Amino acid sequence: MSRGTAIDLCYLVAAIGFIIALKGLSSPRHARAGNLLAAAGMALAIGATFARSGLAHIWLIVVAMVIGVAIGVPAARLVKMTAMPQMVAAFNGVGGGAAAVISITEFIGSDAKLVATYKVLEVVFGVLVGAVSFSGSAIAFLKLQELMATRPITYPGQQQINAVVGLGILGIVLTILVTSSTALLWVLLGLALALGVIFVLPIGGADVPVLISLLNSFTGLAVAASGFTLDSNVLVVAGTLVGASGMLLTRMMSVAMGRSLPNILFSAFGAVVTATGGEAGDANRAVRTGTPEDVGTLLAYSRKVVIVPGYGLAVAQAQHTAKELADALMEKGVDVFYAIHPVAGRMPGHMNVLLAEANVPYEELKEMDEANPEMPTADVALVVGANDTVNPAARSTPGSPIYGMPIIDADQAENIVFLKRSMRPGFAGIDNDLLYDPKTTMLFGDAKDTLQKLVAAVKKA
Amino acid sequence: MTNGLLELFTIFVLAGFVGYEVISKVPSILHTPLMSGSNAIHGVVVVGSMIVLGSAHTGAEEALGFIAVVLGTLNVVGGFVVTDRMLQMFKSRQPTPKGGQGAKGDEGGGS
Repeated sequence: MSRGTAIDLCYLVAAIGFIIALKGLSSPRHARAGNLLAAAGMALAIGATFARSGLAHIWLIVVAMVIGVAIGVPAARLVKMTAMPQMVAAFNGVGGGAAAVISITEFIGSDAKLVATYKVLEVVFGVLVGAVSFSGSAIAFLKLQELMATRPITYPGQQQINAVVGLGILGIVLTILVTSSTALLWVLLGLALALGVIFVLPIGGADVPVLISLLNSFTGLAVAASGFTLDSNVLVVAGTLVGASGMLLTRMMSVAMGRSLPNILFSAFGAVVTATGGEAGDANRAVRTGTPEDVGTLLAYSRKVVIVPGYGLAVAQAQHTAKELADALMEKGVDVFYAIHPVAGRMPGHMNVLLAEANVPYEELKEMDEANPEMPTADVALVVGANDTVNPAARSTPGSPIYGMPIIDADQAENIVFLKRSMRPGFAGIDNDLLYDPKTTMLFGDAKDTLQKLVAAVKKA
Repeated sequence: MTNGLLELFTIFVLAGFVGYEVISKVPSILHTPLMSGSNAIHGVVVVGSMIVLGSAHTGAEEALGFIAVVLGTLNVVGGFVVTDRMLQMFKSRQPTPKGGQGAKGDEGGGS
């Protein structure tokens, strides 16, 4: 067996590993093993590549990898669980960037005039999709990190600008196919980066997770395109796997949010914008604020309390204190459970991960469909740092950006208590009528602080 | 169209079907880890980056290849480490079916 054949066999084994890993990742029991299997497959593929005959610059490769590991591992290890979504966005973006750079490098390295048209097409596709994924992920990162506005960003002439960029890309792609011009490929790179930015800007913060999943799928396709350019089976297989499964996952996520994908991607254009702006005048409506002692007594003498956690709970690192409160209440014989919205936190499943970190028993977590029928019989819905996921506008206001999103029916509980830092709107950037409801009591302040006071009050009551 | 291209295209189409079929039913709590895990898998782009840098002839190609390897490595290691950290959170869970076992009784009895 020649060395080349052995290497290709290693690639085949790695590809099989990736397929089994994806299968494993979609079931709770095998998820972790699946991830490790994928990592093993990746190690095998990388190791086999080092054995390629005629691989030059090995030391340069090693140095580049050491740099990548030196940045990537600490970043991934040290990031807080609450910031995971933006890390996924970042790591996805660099993958797309790598695919685009590979395609460009292959193109300038070959004699452009002699390259067959289909080769040029592969390069153009890799550059275009990879670059969109790179810049789109960068904007998604900035939105999730709240380094820029999370609400949908619209500006005058937006659709015209989109049309110009779109047509420009189309024209340049056609010209490159005919002329094989290297200079134009750089122009295409610039325009594709711009396209990624203007594609993501109008998408609201709450929808960013679905967007990241879509960009993840795009990166997969870009990697597959580089695989075509390099004649590499393993790149084509792995890239296509991720491209296809990522599309499906994106659809499942948008279904979990009760939205269609086109609605998520393009809803900022049109009526929605005016509906958002029109409600801004509500700021001076009256709200009822309470003291932790009042609320603590209310909780201690309730029969059923539902805790509705949101991202605010995670930001305040209050998941442990929330568990303390739940335990204190259970000691008093109160029936307590957590109602988890599918997109509570910043990503589907994010809140489950955070509460599991605080050792909240699995049985106390109820998914939305299970929790909602119980809401009318709950004495108190304790909303900790959540906002959009309990906003009745999702049911009642057709113009609202979150209209149609399933929500936790906190408004049907006997009493509603909001633990919030301020009256500031949630991630979707819209006002919540429930805050002004006569049944609602507001407790302003840091969620962890307030919860600690509540624990003390419950124990005294 | 060459045979080599047709071969790759065949692989592409088949892999597309496999990718679509392999994740049929995913519980929503696993959406994020699955996304993150598949994010790590497309980190295989680092293999392509290595090939590009390993066959670079000019300074410009070396520089671009170098960047590609750094980016690809970030994608791989970051992707796997983040996914593993997420999934660690699930390990202490008992595999009890989450559907409808009387939460009322369970929790009331906790006192």
